[in-house]
Amino acid sequence: MPLREKHLLGIEELTLDEIELILNTSRSFKEISTRPIKKVPTLRGKSLINLFYEPSTRTRSSFEIAAKRLGADSINVDVSQSSVTKGESLIDTGKNLESMSPDIIAVRHSSAGAPHLLSQYCETACIVNAGDGMHEHPTQALLDALTILDHKKKIEGLKVAIVGDIAHSRVARSNVLLLGKMGANVWVCGPPTLIPMEIEIYGVKVTYHMKEALEGADVIMMLRTQRERQSEVFFPSVKEYFALYGLDTKKMGWARRSAIVMHPGPINRGVEIAPELAEAGYSVIFEQVANGVAVRMAVLYLLLGASEEPGL
Amino acid sequence: MTLLLKGGSVVDPSQKLEKKLDLLVEKGRVAGLGKIQAKKSWQVIDASGWIVAPGFVDMHVHLREPGREDKETILTGSRAAAAGGFSSITCMPNTQPVNDNEAITRFILERAGRAGLVNVFPAGAITKGLEGKELAEIGEMVKAGVVAITDDGKSVENNQIMRRALEYAKIFDIPIIDHCEDRQLAAAGHLNESAVSTRLGMGGISRAAEELDVARDTILSRITGGRVHIAHISTQESLSWVRQAKKQGIRVTCEVTPHHFILSDEDIKNYDTNFKMYPPLRTPSDVKAMLKGLSDGSIDCIASDHAPHSRLEKEMTFEEASNGIIGLETAVPLAWEFLIRRKIVSVSRLVELFSTNPNRILKLGRGTLKKGAIADITVIDPDCEIIVDVKKFRSKSRNCPFHDWRLHGVPVMVIVKGKIIFRRDTKV
Repeated sequence: MPLREKHLLGIEELTLDEIELILNTSRSFKEISTRPIKKVPTLRGKSLINLFYEPSTRTRSSFEIAAKRLGADSINVDVSQSSVTKGESLIDTGKNLESMSPDIIAVRHSSAGAPHLLSQYCETACIVNAGDGMHEHPTQALLDALTILDHKKKIEGLKVAIVGDIAHSRVARSNVLLLGKMGANVWVCGPPTLIPMEIEIYGVKVTYHMKEALEGADVIMMLRTQRERQSEVFFPSVKEYFALYGLDTKKMGWARRSAIVMHPGPINRGVEIAPELAEAGYSVIFEQVANGVAVRMAVLYLLLGASEEPGL
Repeated sequence: MTLLLKGGSVVDPSQKLEKKLDLLVEKGRVAGLGKIQAKKSWQVIDASGWIVAPGFVDMHVHLREPGREDKETILTGSRAAAAGGFSSITCMPNTQPVNDNEAITRFILERAGRAGLVNVFPAGAITKGLEGKELAEIGEMVKAGVVAITDDGKSVENNQIMRRALEYAKIFDIPIIDHCEDRQLAAAGHLNESAVSTRLGMGGISRAAEELDVARDTILSRITGGRVHIAHISTQESLSWVRQAKKQGIRVTCEVTPHHFILSDEDIKNYDTNFKMYPPLRTPSDVKAMLKGLSDGSIDCIASDHAPHSRLEKEMTFEEASNGIIGLETAVPLAWEFLIRRKIVSVSRLVELFSTNPNRILKLGRGTLKKGAIADITVIDPDCEIIVDVKKFRSKSRNCPFHDWRLHGVPVMVIVKGKIIFRRDTKV
């Protein structure tokens, strides 16, 4: 069973079967990154362009490494040094890059819907959403699910608390969608100023109190306070924010003993998470990053037409 | 030239008329209404099966000239208006330079005269440069021909200046048209704040942004006795404020655009930038409230907020795209399809919304087919069906969400001062 759509624009467009296909494929790719020679020829002759309009460390290198481990070529377009600064539009940039026949363009943009727009103008390349504004970040949610499943038997029935700046977070949106599709019991928690209107439509529960969110939680997802997206004041001070919503050992005590702590990065230590917590035993933050490579390998592989799980 | 419109259904709320009659036009005026025998030298038009109404007015149009002639000019906008069934339009002052002085007003009128199609009645700015700081020379502009003042595109933020403007405008008895939107509340938004903005991952515009200004305007109008006209009303609660104010005798009127009584934020698909405008498309229950307001009389008129934009300003992400859609060539068929055919309002009420009321609000000295009146006439073929094709628009721009829609109620003729300025052949 292949993916139905040519592009990966968001979790919203994926069926549960497709999500499971991507996760299963990711699992079989994980092992490649542990080999002494971390490369297979599966996608030899294919090419990926990373078109990133926003700064990124993890996601961009993750896509690049994923492509290379599968034998594909990958090129990074550094927007700050490209013709975009000379006024070229997203559509024109996309069409120009497509003229060089890449197989996949992974795009990150500060505006929601940018990958959707590109997908309407690009005729041959598959578009992968690497994060669009406050909308979606599908590969992040997929790698988060993979990480949860490394620690828990299944996602269905788990209590997952997503904490922090829900309003400005594409990671939160994609996770809410994905975890909802997989049957988790999702809570979102943050100050009311950072909870978007009618988020309940996704079947999540909303609370402004960490205790309620964390009590009995199996998974705690801490979000970064996205100060670059905030044009106004949503909370009085970092100190007060940390007191109310920052994760520390005391608040960890409310969660299940087996709970894991996740964070999509980059971490603001001391703002949303206590400095020492990122390395604590229950933190899976670095496993998430490792799984990111596997998930992106799976996405590239499945989008480029592979219909079955790879025999490696 | 004498013109006889024979056998049309004449609908004129100003004289409570809705009857099959012949209409005689002579020397630019209505010369007779009744059973009229044609003379050989007259031009006779068979209007049977058509609606003959006093000329329609679109009191909210952006013509973009001077300054952005790539999007629209006074000539192309006039052509679009005529093809859309309008005999008069009011153009907003947010041109480059702004219409905040009599020289620009005269320039617009001179260009409109040269186009020689629809009547163009400019609206002047309330404040110099639309900056919300100093009053523009309102009296000078009125002398030159403006019929209303507005800082359209934004509201006058400073309450004291708004109050002074309302007071000052009383000298000329002109309305202040207000684009109600609290800028701080709307700042980070691109569409209505609702489940849809949450799902699409974009900042929302709170309905409070509009409602606060509507409430403020009704209060200031009560205090000053000045006339305020709420542009493109879009929320249920804004309409409640207007309704309540009217009951108290406050001199407030309002308009609604076809898109706000037809489309909701749930229609935004695939980040289509032709669904981006200010005020944003609201919720389905707001759409219902607009229909209610149209039928119960609390909404005074329909205006298109025709806002031409070039491809360059729309072929981009939703967040980056310019606001606004064009509407001159679709407003009447949309209203016919969604208000008449769906039995929301009567034909007579529709004529009130498009002609009688805007004429009354702007004091244009038109809007009636009484004998001796200026012969501005709109004729509609109610049964004719069109499929909207943006490529065929007279407007220079194409930013319209109604492409390919099937609509009925097509303007077939527009007469301005007794002269046929537009004709569409539907009887073949």
